[in-house]
Amino acid sequence: MFELIGIPPQALFGQLLLGLINGSFYAMLSLGLAIIFGLLNIINFTHGAQYMLGAFVAWMLLNYLGISYWWALFLVPVIVGATGIVIERLLISRLYHLDHLYGLLLTFGIALIMQGVLRNNYGISGLPYSIPPQLAGGQNLGFMFLPNYRGWVVVASLFVCLGTWFVIEKTRLGAYLRAATENPTLVGAFGINVPLMITLTYGFGVALAGFAGVLAAPIYSVNPNMGAELIIVVFAVVVIGGMGSILGAILTGFGLGLVEGLTRVFYPEGSAVVIFVIMAIVLMIKPAGLFGRTA
Amino acid sequence: MNMKTILLGSIAAAVFAAPAYAVDVKIGVLNDRSGIYADLAGEGSVIATRMAVEDFDAAGKGINVEIVSADHQNRPDVGSTIARQWYDQENVDVIVDVPTSSVALAVHDITRELDKVFLNSGAATSDLTGSACSPNTIHWTYDTWQLADGTGRAVVENGGDTWFFLTADYAFGHALERDTSAVVEASGGTVVGTVRTPFPGTDFSSFLLQAQSSGAKVIGLANAGGDTVNSIKQASEFGITQAGQSLAGLLVFVNDIHALGLQTAQGLLLTESFYWDLNDGTREWSARFEEQTGNKPSMVQAGVYSSVLHYLKAVEALGDKGSQEVIAKMKELPTDDPLFGQGEVRADGRKTHDSYLFRVKTPEESEGPWDYYETVSTTPAAQAFRPLEEGGCSLVE
Repeated sequence: MFELIGIPPQALFGQLLLGLINGSFYAMLSLGLAIIFGLLNIINFTHGAQYMLGAFVAWMLLNYLGISYWWALFLVPVIVGATGIVIERLLISRLYHLDHLYGLLLTFGIALIMQGVLRNNYGISGLPYSIPPQLAGGQNLGFMFLPNYRGWVVVASLFVCLGTWFVIEKTRLGAYLRAATENPTLVGAFGINVPLMITLTYGFGVALAGFAGVLAAPIYSVNPNMGAELIIVVFAVVVIGGMGSILGAILTGFGLGLVEGLTRVFYPEGSAVVIFVIMAIVLMIKPAGLFGRTA
Repeated sequence: MNMKTILLGSIAAAVFAAPAYAVDVKIGVLNDRSGIYADLAGEGSVIATRMAVEDFDAAGKGINVEIVSADHQNRPDVGSTIARQWYDQENVDVIVDVPTSSVALAVHDITRELDKVFLNSGAATSDLTGSACSPNTIHWTYDTWQLADGTGRAVVENGGDTWFFLTADYAFGHALERDTSAVVEASGGTVVGTVRTPFPGTDFSSFLLQAQSSGAKVIGLANAGGDTVNSIKQASEFGITQAGQSLAGLLVFVNDIHALGLQTAQGLLLTESFYWDLNDGTREWSARFEEQTGNKPSMVQAGVYSSVLHYLKAVEALGDKGSQEVIAKMKELPTDDPLFGQGEVRADGRKTHDSYLFRVKTPEESEGPWDYYETVSTTPAAQAFRPLEEGGCSLVE
């Protein structure tokens, strides 16, 4: 068997697959961020907390109401999305005429409050959430043991990402959305309710975060800080992909998952910073991001 | 009696009527209040400090205690700034707890520089009483040498003689890996590899697969808190434990088991200095602690209580709070409390007490929430910690 830079190919395939799994989470979260930024021009720092909220709501549904994972997968995005709509209507909508910075500070503050409240009530160590019995176990792929659940995460994430991309790029609704991004006043003049569209878009972006939270609950520890750790990386992904670019967010999410996976093999100590190194390089060469349009 | 005497008398009466304290002591509880160690230290350690002050009846003994607390966010720079400010500007006499070894080492140096007192309960690195030892620090609850010796030796003796380490990439993980490797090799085992993981981490699957392909019989988890929880969870998910490799959690707290659930954690061997269900003394104190916090105490929180109690005993005996005198007194007085039993504070600053090897119960064996451990063996205080002469501490002649 040949070896690639000292790593047997089996191990390499395994690590690439793991990178793809982590990339699924990056892709789903950065997609939501990109949509929200594209239409609302708001840098949604609450996104990590909303992902965390998704995992917590799934846990609450199971433990307080006995609602299973499969129902949670459907219900949680609706619930978390609804909280997003409330936040947008009550708070964020007041800031549209101000500088980006105000939206950033507001959403960051909301994230801190959400984390603080949950930390106060549930502690920091995390809550157990089991993998649904239908997806327990795994497949031996020869080069690695792939847990069924991780496979499901990749499939679900690809499905959601491609579905979202299709709706925005290929349907009439998506066309309205893209038009409103370009010129909200003109689109409003054609009789389209732009404020409603903005609210629903924010709700949808947040629902994506909630969905990712449900997917994450069985594999990562469900704790109030789970989103705070991830969101910084996801922001780097969005910056690399290009702010507001839908396809860019998806491709960069999966791509950087792979890069991070490889770093874990060749230089594990660097795996926490590799994405930021790439971000710095991309910003120097292409300030608008890999898929971004220069204004 | 002239007017002057009456006036003087009433002034004296007024002065003595207000509570007159012989000593004012200010205790700073510095720990992680929001990050991954917030449950095992955090506000619980502040409550443990308050319980120690109340149980000791400090006010009744002429010691006026004020308690302050802060969040060091597991960052040495933040911890250093707070420690310096407390000592320099707020007249804090003693800092307690301080989990996260990198922060503890920073506070340890500042305490020595400013000649104050540092009672560490939360951090693990055995360097605090070894190569970096200081006349101003007492390391109370546990350390990496004790954990390595407790868990490492037991695992090698049960046939786990080849090891691969998953090490948290900072001072604590490095110390734990170093001390455990030494124990493994001294017991006849070998270390086949190690991977340093960024701290704190979420996804350990990639590192676990590297451990799996190394073929080692034992995967040593030289990490703590959420890192350990995620590693154990994912090792089970990726079928690593089912395929025959076993995990050795080198620093596992009872809160981690609570977070993992017995289904995932069952069978794990671990070393601790304290468990709430050891005897009547620990049960009584833990019940009072649980009333105030809603959780059973971790060994770190128990250690904070015990260290503050012993500090106050020394202050009472001296009637003074001079750092060097208090530390000397704490080393002179034998330690004895309901939580850790009898022990001593050694010349190098190491506090000794019995150490326990526990096995995590199966869900069937457990009788309810927090009933998690079964005691496998007890190492007496004299053998539980690194022998005094082996630490390389300059305070030991």
